[in-house]
Amino acid sequence: MSVPSAPILQMENISKRFGRVAANAAASIEVGEGEIFALVGENGAGKSVLMSILCGVLRPDAGRILFKGQPLKLGSPLEATRHRIGMVHQHFMLAPNLTVAENYVLCQGSPLRPLWRTTDVAGRIAELSRRYGLEVRPDAFVRDLSVGERQRVEILRILFQGAELIVLDEPTAVLTPGETDRLLKLLRELARDRKTVIFISHKLDEVMRVSDRVSVMRDGRVVFSASTRDTNPRELARQMVGRDVPTDLPARAASPGQVVFSVENLHCRNDLGLPAVRGVSFVIRQGEIIGVAGVSGNGQSELARALAGLIPATEGTIRLNGEEISGLSSHAINRRPIAHIPEDCAANGVVPQLPLTENAILQRYDRAPFATLGLLNVRAIESHTQALVEKFHVRTDGIHAPIQSLSGGNQQKFVVARELARHPDFLIVNQLTRGIDIGASELVMQAILEQRNLNKAILLISTELEELFALCDRILVMYDGRLVGELPPDRGRLEELGLLMTGEAIEARRLREAVAGAVSGDATQ
Amino acid sequence: MQTASMLDFLSTAVGADWRLATPLIFAATGEAICERAGVLNIGVEGIMLIGAFSGFATSHATGDLALGFGAGMASGFLTALVFAVFAVTIKANQIVAGVAINLLGLGLTSFLFRTYFISTGRGVDIARPLNIPFLSDIPYLGPALFQQNLLVYATIPVVIAAWGVLFRTSYGLTIRAVGEHPKAVDVTGKSVALYRYSAVLIGGALGGLGGAFLTLAHANQFVENITSGRGFIALSIVVFARWSPIGVFFVSLLFGLFYALQLQLQADPNVRVPYQALQALPYLTTIVALMLVRNRWDAPSMLGIPYWKA
Repeated sequence: MSVPSAPILQMENISKRFGRVAANAAASIEVGEGEIFALVGENGAGKSVLMSILCGVLRPDAGRILFKGQPLKLGSPLEATRHRIGMVHQHFMLAPNLTVAENYVLCQGSPLRPLWRTTDVAGRIAELSRRYGLEVRPDAFVRDLSVGERQRVEILRILFQGAELIVLDEPTAVLTPGETDRLLKLLRELARDRKTVIFISHKLDEVMRVSDRVSVMRDGRVVFSASTRDTNPRELARQMVGRDVPTDLPARAASPGQVVFSVENLHCRNDLGLPAVRGVSFVIRQGEIIGVAGVSGNGQSELARALAGLIPATEGTIRLNGEEISGLSSHAINRRPIAHIPEDCAANGVVPQLPLTENAILQRYDRAPFATLGLLNVRAIESHTQALVEKFHVRTDGIHAPIQSLSGGNQQKFVVARELARHPDFLIVNQLTRGIDIGASELVMQAILEQRNLNKAILLISTELEELFALCDRILVMYDGRLVGELPPDRGRLEELGLLMTGEAIEARRLREAVAGAVSGDATQ
Repeated sequence: MQTASMLDFLSTAVGADWRLATPLIFAATGEAICERAGVLNIGVEGIMLIGAFSGFATSHATGDLALGFGAGMASGFLTALVFAVFAVTIKANQIVAGVAINLLGLGLTSFLFRTYFISTGRGVDIARPLNIPFLSDIPYLGPALFQQNLLVYATIPVVIAAWGVLFRTSYGLTIRAVGEHPKAVDVTGKSVALYRYSAVLIGGALGGLGGAFLTLAHANQFVENITSGRGFIALSIVVFARWSPIGVFFVSLLFGLFYALQLQLQADPNVRVPYQALQALPYLTTIVALMLVRNRWDAPSMLGIPYWKA
């Protein structure tokens, strides 16, 4: 679709300020009926705000919205629902204590209507679920569903409510590659049904694969719009960041040296006391980055926390430079050359209310150069913090601001800076770039590769396969608490990796053999 | 003890149990609805006190019991409105607002009582038992269950209605969603604040009714701090009952039993335990119960947390 059919939606000169920040500054988009429209941009570019305005959740300061040529009353979710505009939010709008069907009828109709009058709901859910191939159990409690299932429930709810324009806010951020494929296929089907889809993403490959047209937002403005077929990922990335993005990462320096870190038959339990890591063994050498791929919830978090000494190992040994560290307290481990960049740094890596200065010395507050005889050496702390901020271009109001005033990406950069400044021999990284934008990702990925070239050993746990392919020397696949396979960082084996991640080890082997067979067959011809 | 006197004892205990549980049932049912909407109203003690006093004063002035109960509910409603303004609209800390309501309730009722009533010493006619024909004549069972006043019987329909509203109407569904994930309600265009107000106000009216029961059906008099912690006990009943009105009914009966036992044992000359120890029984039970109940995760996840619109 090169020329959009008659625009079903026009958003014109939308502006919205939060305090001193302009979240949207005269942003305009135009979406054709029955097309898949991608809205891309870095975190904080204003995509979600623009869509919340469309759905009436936020009221813009200026601008207007035309839907099917009619101006829409602004700032009213009811108006949006009445015009059959529905949104799948990034954080699902499903109450976990209610069942799927109850969520579907939530706030529908008069408050005093008895619920048993809505029993045809299950039938309608079943019908829609057949039509789009979305399996949903109407009487399951939402709290018992996985993230992928919740998303299906949420999408189906929007359809259930009769939406014709469907907005999805970063729908693939929480999905595995297989689930992502299914979602993208679903979007195509919706478009075939003459439904209009707007989807927000910062994964350019998905945008290229599925969308008809794309607009790029930066700093609250729409800076670029095109037919997807007339553009390319490099162009989009440049528009998103506002400058050229170096796609070349530093080449690898040395070949792996001696073993720095080794794990043998590690077992540990999760917060509920259930076995989460069940017999994991691997070694990492100097100058090596080992990736751990897997769908979240397969024991990766527990693995990272056990290696960092934050939860005890119930069995097995962990060795750093030959020394057994598995029984040590986290305090003792802190004094060893091992660093940990935790998952979701804003929640696990910093103390939100404390200033940058104090967050910079969280592990080293009690020793030189930051403290002498129990007294903090303020000057040393400040200059150290300043150095971290400058080295990683952390955007801040100053080093004495509470760290929670920084954006997620900047907090992430700060934690990476802090951990690298400890000069570790071994670095555990759990989710390096999740939730941060391209510019920041680039910077922290460069930093990790530099560490490798300094002969450090690095364990990189990630659900972002792109990140693993870009950085790792080997990729281990974790499923159900065990390592189920090892692959080279070869994009050609993505499908095999996906199968391993979802526990289809046998299927994966079959695929590998088939591919090997085809290759050798080609060779003999 | 002979069988007959043992049965007498039991019959009296069960009858007293239900009667003594009644104010707890009303207050805790209201609080359960309120907490399901995510608002923790620890001011229920103060609301009960205000209800007790207003009920008594109204009935004293007019001689009309029904008006007295009405005034109890109305004053509970209005006090809850004050609380809701702070807790929902101003988004103040709900614990602090609740403590303020409790202090207000105690201070205001004591002041008004001393100013207008303390010298009169005159009581009101309390609600009379309503003997249910035939059933009330059954030996032992009759006096225990079928010679109660109207309000005691009313606990059953009130609890069933509360359960029905919470779990079988669209309104109740929304209330439960508001306590768990208010944004899910907000994005549909419904007002989270309005739902929270309604739940707090229902809770207040029921709390006021529970308070009025104390002066109009239990004692015939107001005395300072007549509730003596029943509001707080209602709060722990809600936790123990896992935020379910049906659960509230039975847990309240359990607590009522300790009130009843305490009274009866005090009256029994053969029991040589200091009466203060017996009086402490319901409160000790509360502490033990809360130690035993480990189901905090059943609580509505937004309990006590104000909702800020984006």
